[in-house]
Amino acid sequence: MEDKAEIDPLTGEHRIRNFNINFGPQHPAAHGVLRMVLELDGEIVERVDPHIGLLHRGTEKLMESRTYLQNLPYFDRLDYVGTMNQEHAWCLAIEKLTGTVIPRRASLIRVLYCEIGRILNHLLNVTTQAMDVGALTPPLWGFEKREDLMIFYERASGARLHAAYFRPGGVHQDLPQDLIDDIMEWCRHFPETLDDIEELLTENRIFKQRNVDIGVVTPEDCQAHGFSGVLVRSAGMAWDLRRSQPYETYSEMDFKIPVGRNGDCYDRYLIRMLEMRESVKIMEQAIELMEATKGEDVLARGKIAPPRRADMKTSMEALIHHFKLYTEGFHVPEGEVYAAVEAPKGEFGVYLVADGTHRPYKAKIRAPGFAHLQAMDHLCKGHMLADVSAILGSIDIVFGEVDR
Amino acid sequence: MSDMVDSGLEDLRELILGRKRDSTLSAEIVRGELVVTIPVAAAAEFAQFLQRDSNCQFTTLIDITAVDYPQREQRFEMVYHFLSMPLNQRIRVKAAVGEWEMVPSITGSHPSADWYEREVYDMYGVVFSGHPDLRRILTDYGFRGHPLRKDFPTTGYVEMRYDEGQKRVIYEPVKLSQEYRQFDFLSPWEGVEYMIPGDEKATK
Repeated sequence: MEDKAEIDPLTGEHRIRNFNINFGPQHPAAHGVLRMVLELDGEIVERVDPHIGLLHRGTEKLMESRTYLQNLPYFDRLDYVGTMNQEHAWCLAIEKLTGTVIPRRASLIRVLYCEIGRILNHLLNVTTQAMDVGALTPPLWGFEKREDLMIFYERASGARLHAAYFRPGGVHQDLPQDLIDDIMEWCRHFPETLDDIEELLTENRIFKQRNVDIGVVTPEDCQAHGFSGVLVRSAGMAWDLRRSQPYETYSEMDFKIPVGRNGDCYDRYLIRMLEMRESVKIMEQAIELMEATKGEDVLARGKIAPPRRADMKTSMEALIHHFKLYTEGFHVPEGEVYAAVEAPKGEFGVYLVADGTHRPYKAKIRAPGFAHLQAMDHLCKGHMLADVSAILGSIDIVFGEVDR
Repeated sequence: MSDMVDSGLEDLRELILGRKRDSTLSAEIVRGELVVTIPVAAAAEFAQFLQRDSNCQFTTLIDITAVDYPQREQRFEMVYHFLSMPLNQRIRVKAAVGEWEMVPSITGSHPSADWYEREVYDMYGVVFSGHPDLRRILTDYGFRGHPLRKDFPTTGYVEMRYDEGQKRVIYEPVKLSQEYRQFDFLSPWEGVEYMIPGDEKATK
């Protein structure tokens, strides 16, 4: 006897149930540890339920029991692709609360390294998204250039990824001149690599078939779903915090904000490529402006920054200050503040509540990826199963920041 | 970085005070940021007002979080951040919530509030009324407790490992091979209120 439940009583035909599959937690196109439960009707995605938290490390809880300076390296471990951009938000929050004005040279170095971070991020994203849709060469070419940039990170901070280079009050150390020259030299040649990658992808038939008209977002969607960064710009809104709410020396820089027209994955790819070219321009300008600040201090020497090494050899107060700074840590006046930067992935913000001691009372990290991943259900509904990985790639998710 | 108060923000403050006098407890500009305090019951309606009003247009929800103040009678403080891309302004909305109070969900006007509210529920145990799917989000399946509450220990209560005998992952109470070290470097000259060794002599 056949099972009655399988037969539709009206038509007498077999009833077809939707099919649920797990995408991840281990899947090369999941860009980390994401488990997505997909409900499929044939090959059409009906519902997406991302299960996140597999990389949750309790960063915000840990931060409550550490000093402000000890908390800085946690920001490297959020979005581990463009690490200094996160540190930047933390430093800005502290500087806003303490009312610190950082030296011009430090500000220019921050801009320079934020743009390096942006290129690091976009190179990874553009090329691995291409890999998700079937291209193998772009990641190999892109990673070669990323390696150069990570060496610049290393030469400035000693670490390739987890730099801890931006400090409240400035940056840790000044850049040596030969490093600045090498970055300038790199900037001159990098657009050639972008041309090469564009040649591989921009007019590539398969790449366009997989990306054009996939995962379309409208300006209304962007606002309702709390999007920021490239997603907003792909929908045609010229929204960039570097321009609309400028911080550091971005208001002096001459750069364009690429804006898309269709809001699809392909537009997001084009915007990222153009943004990298703009970043190179900003880097060159920052280096030119740095010329005039040669020899300037890179830390606002005060309560929140360590004293100069030379002073510590002769001044007892400087020595005590150094000791107290690295044991007790500096105190931040009571209050609350929200500081945001235009990270490569979108608006990265920190909401900091200080109670006047050396530790934050509460720190909330606002990661762009969290809002973007949340919209996967909206973006993927009605698309084919294979488009899920194209969309996931194009919204640029890194689990360090989503799960915190 | 400047403390200059932007006139647009001042106008917004006036506007909100004028239109929403009954549901605004306070509205002030601190360090160039507009902070509005409301009674928690008005949260959903206030978010909708901010979104729909043509002079506000706070259409983007940036973040929802809570802060735990165990000593207060109303233990939690909900904190909402909104952004208006058309006006290029930000606003912070705060509301005090008791431990057993419900917070009206703002998912009706802002679909992106979904995960943020789930996170607040997960981390603080604040319950939202009218939320479509209030599950835990960041912690493990079957997790107990709300980690960002101040009375939740940083080490947690359970740890897990792979058990070779049972051939599966098992959960056990946390065992620390040494005591959890929490150094307190707060200067003895300023700040600390508790007794440090030797203080008993000084009181005499």
